Amino acid sequence: MRYALLLHHGEPASGEIPDETIQSFQVAFDAYAKSLDGAGVLRAAEILGPSELSTTVTVRGGGLEVQDGPFAEAKEMLGGVFIIEVSDLDAAVAWAERCPGAQYGVVEVRPVGTAFVGGEWRS
Amino acid sequence: MAFLTAHESAEVRAAAVARTSYGRLVALLASRTGDIAAAEDVLADAFERALRRWPVDGVPDNPEAWLLTVARNRDRDRRRSAEHRRTTPYDPDVAPASLVREEEPGLDVDVDAIPDRRLALLFVCAHPAIDTTVRTPLMLQAVLGFRADQIAAAFAIPAPTMAQRLVRAKRRIRDAGIPFALPDRSVVPERMREVREAVYGAFAIDWQGVAGATEREALGNEALLLAETLAELVPDDPEALGLAALVCLSLARAPARLDATGAFVPLAEQDPDRWSGRLIELGERHLERAHGFDRIGRFQLEAAIQSAHCARRRTGTTDWQALRTLHTALAEIAPTLGSTVSLAVVVGRTDGPAAGLAVLDRLDGPHASRFQPAWVARAHLLAQADDIPTAVAAYEKAISLTADLPSREHLQRTLDAVVSGGGPAPVPR
Repeated sequence: MRYALLLHHGEPASGEIPDETIQSFQVAFDAYAKSLDGAGVLRAAEILGPSELSTTVTVRGGGLEVQDGPFAEAKEMLGGVFIIEVSDLDAAVAWAERCPGAQYGVVEVRPVGTAFVGGEWRS
Repeated sequence: MAFLTAHESAEVRAAAVARTSYGRLVALLASRTGDIAAAEDVLADAFERALRRWPVDGVPDNPEAWLLTVARNRDRDRRRSAEHRRTTPYDPDVAPASLVREEEPGLDVDVDAIPDRRLALLFVCAHPAIDTTVRTPLMLQAVLGFRADQIAAAFAIPAPTMAQRLVRAKRRIRDAGIPFALPDRSVVPERMREVREAVYGAFAIDWQGVAGATEREALGNEALLLAETLAELVPDDPEALGLAALVCLSLARAPARLDATGAFVPLAEQDPDRWSGRLIELGERHLERAHGFDRIGRFQLEAAIQSAHCARRRTGTTDWQALRTLHTALAEIAPTLGSTVSLAVVVGRTDGPAAGLAVLDRLDGPHASRFQPAWVARAHLLAQADDIPTAVAAYEKAISLTADLPSREHLQRTLDAVVSGGGPAPVPR
């Protein structure tokens, strides 16, 4: 089954987190992604840019609306997504608890409903 | 030492004193103020000064007392200047505190009279008001002097996160007024249990779920130092001795756990000649002393189990009936997921796989279904029972729960052997 590990955390201001900390987490995420990859379960890993760079698009009644900013302002924002393919929820949780993001934020484990793989939608 | 320059030999001596005395000095300095961070700071200053002065003045006769005096002077200076800032307006005519004549380092301190407050420090680190996950790191830092980044590496979490947790815990100890004293007699057994648990935490850090077997090895020596320190401080606590024995006897086998290619080797297939005879001997000595008190406990049982495995080095065989008795007793006094799984494996060996599987079926609770060792045991037992399709499913489940790469690869190889009809999983000797 495919699961999305959704990383949620507060967004620090620029310069708020020391470079040393950022580097240290980069090393941890590197090791994490490599062990997911080594186990053959990683499908995608994306760490998102700051939410202030987001643009939201809405089409309603024929009218297009493009707006600055994220869909919802919140204290904790979606900051990254790992898509993994494992046998069941237990295995997904075993990987989520090793995610460096769980050290400072919340990792939400959510089953993928349907995914476009190999040219078709599969569930 | 003639080949060492004065500077090098001072460095070597400072490192030696740091190894043997660090915890004693921190405990003593912190016990007066309750401030571990400040004690570590002034001690770091004292070591720095030693590295400047000793190459010039020679290493003092009593390096520990020298360091203590310098650290105390530094501590007093800091306090005075802090007090000064708080209470008086600036007056350039008043000599700053740092110019006040310092005590001559080392002269007034009798090293044999330096009291050992490390036990009080261990009680502080494992105080009920301190979060359980930070107790072990706190001990490794305050008592043994490991740096936050070394501890972080052993726990497989980013260094700044570990540093932040340690700083927060020390602040809490200071600001909440956690006492640097031995607890009241009525609570000593419970508090001592907490201290032993935290020391044990250095040995088996999988409670955090962040480290695999490979990282656990890295913490072995730190765990040994902590366990030996505790056994030295409470030589009449059979469980502390049992814990030291457990760490020694388990660590003794560490060199045989990975083969030359880095692949995981299970206990039954390890070559006993690669185990450490020195650590086995040390562990047996601890265990013998513990048994002298005739008060059995969880750590003594766990150590006795390790001892029974280590005996293969001497006798060439494993006494599975003795192990069955020990595991049964352990599962009774410490009914954890881990102890039940171990019992199941041994019962499988002595009474057949079906009996082992029956023990596994007793497991319940929310964590049981994703407890990796239970699935490994179930898979092995099913393979031995020749129930191959169910065994394959259990191996797959076990592999899915294993993030540590060498362990994962070992399980995969075992599964492949079972599928290709290479017989059931290897039966431990």
